[in-house]
Amino acid sequence: MNRHRNQPDGPGATLKVSGEEGDITLTLSGRLDLAGITILWPQVCDLIDRHQPRHLCLAVEDVDYCDGTGVGLLLDCERRTTDGGGTFELRGLREEFARLRSQFDLAQLNRLPKSDPRPNSLPEATGRATVQTWRALWDLVTFTGELSVALLRALRRPRSVRWRDVGLTVEKAGVDGFPIVALLSFLVGLIMAFQAAIPMRQFGTEIYVANLIGLATLRELAPLMTAIILAGRSASAFAAEIGTMKINEELDALTTMGLEPVPFLVVTRVLAALLVTPLLTLFANLFGLLGGSVVLLSLNYPLVTYIRQVQSAVTLGDALGGLVKSLVFGVIIAAVGCLQGLRTETGASAVGHAATRAVVSGIVLIVIGDGVFSVLYYYLGV
Amino acid sequence: MKSRQAPLIQVTGLTAAYGNEIVLENLNFSVDSGEIFVILGGSGCGKSTLLKHLIGLYRPVAGQVLIDGIDLHEAEGDLRLRLLRTMGIMYQQGALFGSLTLLENLCLPLEELSELPETARRLLATMNLALVGLAEHPHRYPAELSGGMRKRAAIARALVLGPRILFLDEPSAGLDPVTSAEMDRLILRLATNLEMTCVLVSHELPSIFAIADRVIMLDRNSRGIIATGTPEDLRHSNNRTVAQFFSRGASG
Ligand SMILES: Nc1ncnc2c1ncn2[C@@H]1O[C@H](COP(=O)(O)OP(=O)(O)O)[C@@H](O)[C@H]1O
Ligand SMILES: [Mg+2]
Repeated sequence: MNRHRNQPDGPGATLKVSGEEGDITLTLSGRLDLAGITILWPQVCDLIDRHQPRHLCLAVEDVDYCDGTGVGLLLDCERRTTDGGGTFELRGLREEFARLRSQFDLAQLNRLPKSDPRPNSLPEATGRATVQTWRALWDLVTFTGELSVALLRALRRPRSVRWRDVGLTVEKAGVDGFPIVALLSFLVGLIMAFQAAIPMRQFGTEIYVANLIGLATLRELAPLMTAIILAGRSASAFAAEIGTMKINEELDALTTMGLEPVPFLVVTRVLAALLVTPLLTLFANLFGLLGGSVVLLSLNYPLVTYIRQVQSAVTLGDALGGLVKSLVFGVIIAAVGCLQGLRTETGASAVGHAATRAVVSGIVLIVIGDGVFSVLYYYLGV
Repeated sequence: MKSRQAPLIQVTGLTAAYGNEIVLENLNFSVDSGEIFVILGGSGCGKSTLLKHLIGLYRPVAGQVLIDGIDLHEAEGDLRLRLLRTMGIMYQQGALFGSLTLLENLCLPLEELSELPETARRLLATMNLALVGLAEHPHRYPAELSGGMRKRAAIARALVLGPRILFLDEPSAGLDPVTSAEMDRLILRLATNLEMTCVLVSHELPSIFAIADRVIMLDRNSRGIIATGTPEDLRHSNNRTVAQFFSRGASG
């Protein structure tokens, strides 16, 4: 019937204090396991810190059970007493617990590094951040160079490209991304047309909603929306894939096989993005315009009128300009995703960080690129 | 004394499967308190699977595992928590939390499962790190450690709550002979000084002879135990697979 002998559901641990100021005897009894010491530890610490005894005697004759956590309590009593300049005496520790106690060396524990050596002062943190930014910039330059060389080589020798991998990435980034691109473009076209139609209707000019939708979608919204969706879906995926490979030493394995990661992993993804982004942008154009048409249809304009109006408003240049933009966005998305993947550091959260950085810097670069294109197109008169 | 007590872990008719694929069939054995119990067997024969059933991570298809007479899958609430807390587990890959430093890894269970003050938690964590020889690096992240150090850190974390039963999945695999011998000494120390029961998966013949009280050997083909006894018993076993395992190890 003694099956639960070691179950920690005994009476727990108790503490008795005796002696006068400066010379205290603490009598511990019961079970010094996690449950027991949780009760005792704060009491004991408080007692010692308050009285700062010259001599502390810890009487443990009545301790029935003591595990590693119990030994921790004994050690802490000793440490606190001796730190306060007192002497410490351990009385009546049973043979088996003494053996456990002897596994730990208090002197060694006290010598250990106390605080985290990682930087927390402002100048140090600033310095580190500066160096990190510099390195990131340097990595970017190196990477751009490597990627350009690798892409040129791929153009000259197309058979060296792993087209199967390109196909797989096209499928994952493009085919699987199509529904969300279509849906969001449709909704944005719809919402924008609706918002514009309300005030324009007061002036009887609601037919010009078609011009607005046509121009805005083809020139700006479709390329931008597609790129941002791809940054969220695919740049992060690229970063996570390559980051995981780096953590698992797969990149090292590639390098030692004589396969450079940039041509092997990055070029396929960049090529895939180059194929996918303009195609998705085309679809985004279509669905954005469809979204706008719904509003005009609901205002009793026939579909033909809407199409004619759009045709008269936009030129082929608008559409091509948007597509060219999307090509550049595609390169940015793939390159940033792969770069962040290659820069992944060690640790479990590193892959997550890499994916986050890929999305954030991808979107920032896309918007900056869009600004550059606006200026460029203005001067080119596109 | 020992033999009169009910066994600490009692396995009856245990059948383990992943989906339709049965890995272990109708296992019966028991582990006594204070014993160092070794599970032996070729790669992929279900050692880790058995360990995960012992600690109640997986539910057996048939049969049951009793710890202290209680089935973990029947136990609920407080009883279950208390039972879980008596077990310290080192997973094959260490399973340290990668986003936490070693010290934080050890402090985490103390923080969540006890109301100990901060200084006490740190002391306990440091103590256990010192026990496995890692006290110099409390602020390193697991990724900044070697494989052997990670294993030792995982043992330290398994010990931090003061368990009575320690489950170790291949504690010395992939370690150099010196570190491996240190690991053996550590396990022996824990078992003798604390009456801690150790259930471990191991391949290292020297270490098995050094520490094991009892060994069971699993086999992939028969999906069960093909030998059980002390290491000496197994060395002189008539079973071909067992003999092969022991002679191959002895010859190098
Ligand atoms: N999560 C899982 N799902 C399906 N099968 C598994 C799973 N884990 C292990 N197995 C299979 O179960 C068998 C035993 O695995 P395991 O217990 O890990 O072996 P080992 O003895 O090497 O620790 C192997 O054949 C393995 O393929
Ligand atoms: Mg295993």
